[in-house]
Amino acid sequence: MTDDNPIEQGPPGGELPRPVVKRRRFNASLIWLIPALAALVGLSLVINNWLQAGPQITISFQSAEGLEAGKTPVKYKNVVIGRVNKIHLSGDRSHVLVNVALEKSAEGFASKDTRFWVVRPRIGLGGVSGIDTLLSGAFIGADVGDSNESEDEFQGLETPPAVNHGAPGRSFMLHSDDLGSLDIGSPVYYRRIQVGRVVSYQLDKDGKGVSLQIFVDGPNDKFVTRASRFWNASGVDVSIGANGLKLNTQSLATVLAGGVAFQDPPGPHDSTSAPEDNEYTLFGDQATAMAPPDGTPHYIRMRFEQSVRGLAVDAPVEFLGINIGKVVSVRLDYDEQKQRFPVLVGAVVYPQRLGAAYDKLEAMAKARGENADLSQLMGRLVEHGLRAQARTGNLLTGQLYVALDFIPKTPKVAFDPQAKPLTLPTVPGSFDKLQEQMAEIVDKLNKVPFDSIGRNLDQTLAGLNATLKQVNGETLPAFKDTLHGVQQTMGTANDALAGDSPLQQNLGATLEQVQRMARSLRVLTDYLGGHPESLIRGRRPDAKPADAKPANITPAAIQPAQGSKP
Amino acid sequence: MSALPRASELGLIACTVCGLVCRNVPGDPRLDGDGVGDDMACPRCGTTLRRRKPNSYVRTWALLIAAFILYIPANVLPIMRTASLNDVDDNTIISGVVELWRAGSPNLAVIVFTASIVVPVLKFLALGTLLVSSQRGSGWARVQRAKLYRLVELIGYWSMLDVFVVALLTALVRFSVLSLVEPLPGVIFFGLTVVLTMLASMSFDPRLIWDGKDTDD
Repeated sequence: MTDDNPIEQGPPGGELPRPVVKRRRFNASLIWLIPALAALVGLSLVINNWLQAGPQITISFQSAEGLEAGKTPVKYKNVVIGRVNKIHLSGDRSHVLVNVALEKSAEGFASKDTRFWVVRPRIGLGGVSGIDTLLSGAFIGADVGDSNESEDEFQGLETPPAVNHGAPGRSFMLHSDDLGSLDIGSPVYYRRIQVGRVVSYQLDKDGKGVSLQIFVDGPNDKFVTRASRFWNASGVDVSIGANGLKLNTQSLATVLAGGVAFQDPPGPHDSTSAPEDNEYTLFGDQATAMAPPDGTPHYIRMRFEQSVRGLAVDAPVEFLGINIGKVVSVRLDYDEQKQRFPVLVGAVVYPQRLGAAYDKLEAMAKARGENADLSQLMGRLVEHGLRAQARTGNLLTGQLYVALDFIPKTPKVAFDPQAKPLTLPTVPGSFDKLQEQMAEIVDKLNKVPFDSIGRNLDQTLAGLNATLKQVNGETLPAFKDTLHGVQQTMGTANDALAGDSPLQQNLGATLEQVQRMARSLRVLTDYLGGHPESLIRGRRPDAKPADAKPANITPAAIQPAQGSKP
Repeated sequence: MSALPRASELGLIACTVCGLVCRNVPGDPRLDGDGVGDDMACPRCGTTLRRRKPNSYVRTWALLIAAFILYIPANVLPIMRTASLNDVDDNTIISGVVELWRAGSPNLAVIVFTASIVVPVLKFLALGTLLVSSQRGSGWARVQRAKLYRLVELIGYWSMLDVFVVALLTALVRFSVLSLVEPLPGVIFFGLTVVLTMLASMSFDPRLIWDGKDTDD
């Protein structure tokens, strides 16, 4: 304590120091700024939360495998757009309902055509996907569509969609009898380059086929034209042709996992790009796919009176050697009147396979003002002798096929073009016909009276024998004498014609005489030619050659000379 | 029974720093000694002389309310994100406690629960009780209330446990891919709550417990 401080030295009881009055600095009410600020912060959090809270949606899945409430995110293009809130079973316990809180920015995902699926690691023949989820855990993938209609209940997909919405490219529908070895994600090839994949498949409503949806990525989707043909490129295609054994596959992957290939048909075709969701038929192989279109099938029925052993379902139906259809059924019938068992063969034919011929027939029928459908055309053809015939296609196996052919001189039959199904008249098959004809021949042969023929022949032969004896005994010696005579005659003639025979010499002398005569005759005629007057006056003594000038020969004097020429 | 005299009754006021006792002039409207608007200074050391802490009730109330408001987001928002190889986990205080309990560390769970839930809630209740009872000038259990206040002061520091845990883990657990701990906004709110409750308990003047109607002894 210092003594010079007046305050401290003040008397303890009486004069206590007065406090110094200070300026008031602090407004008590300002302290309320702190809770106000806290409230503001809290309120802003609430508002922020409320603003950020997106829609709540419910997605149903078959199982909640890998999903975790409060953790599993919902991702679109690997960006988190929401989180699973709650997972619970549906009322009937058949599936799980996953409650998802979407973020505010992902409001658009709560629209009608958004798809959700669980991304889990998947290993398939086509490849491996979702490996990252092995570590990070499963998440829900989302793909948003175009719809503006809001929706808060979704059916989750069990497999990821093969194509995201808005991906460049187009999808097409394929129709097939069966799925083959195709699956979702199976590749689609164009000239052996993978350009797309199978997106989905389902049975047709009537259960009679399978519809596949494929997606062809841009820019290759422009190669799918209206005329494109699709075929199942699964597996290995082995063919034996004139060039030897040929083995054909699209790629090794298709051998295992299957695939679809497409190409434009050869020849002129519509090469405009196909519109979205255009429908095509998926053919079994390339050859079938590239064949001209079959058009609508027509069912026809044939009634064969004889056995059709070797005629199986799928046997070809040929019209003049062109395959126009196939047998679809072979059934036995019973004819009460004839008490026979005819065979009813049903077949499907594609008139379009006749090509230009069918078009022409159709045009002609139309020109005549007739109904241009197959039954009418068939009626006309049957009139001209069209018949069905079961023919042997393979001599070794005895396989039959049905041939529609014009049989000449066949009896006319009644044909009802209105009948359903269309029934085509038949004739026995070539082999049957042969058999029949053989039987006829044998029958006729049987009727030949071989016994009497033999007897007659025997008698004849005996007569012949006697005749021959007579010939030998009588005719032959006489003949011999005659021949002898002839030989003598010939000898004489020979002598006569020989070079040193008198006849020859006489003949030579005679000919010499004739030759001489001819020469003198020529001299005479020459002289007469020079001196025609000598005929009258006789021969003049030989003059000098200079005088012998035929200057004044009159044509009148020549005339008789010529006429009197010997 | 005549009550023991108080400094204000004697017109005296003491400096809390240098111990100088000054005369408080009654009748001065500015120095009426009711604890509001006192702005006297010790003539010797210059320390502001106050009979009671200024605006103690208002300040304490305000801070307590602010702390309480912030305590809500502190509990609702996650305070910590633990990311390991295959898992990302955001934990609030409660979920962290539950997880610890389930993971087989009940003692740890109890400690965290005590530090993060029990202590702040106790503080709210204790301070609230003290405020209400003192404002009403209640003479009920004054000694216990004084002890309660000292307890509140003491345990106040420990409620920062959570914040330290998060800060430590964040700093220590940084194995990028394998495991990672990140603080989340909740922990800030929690820290603010703790700081505000401490400020509230500081701004409460325990002498107020003894004020009011003269019922003591």
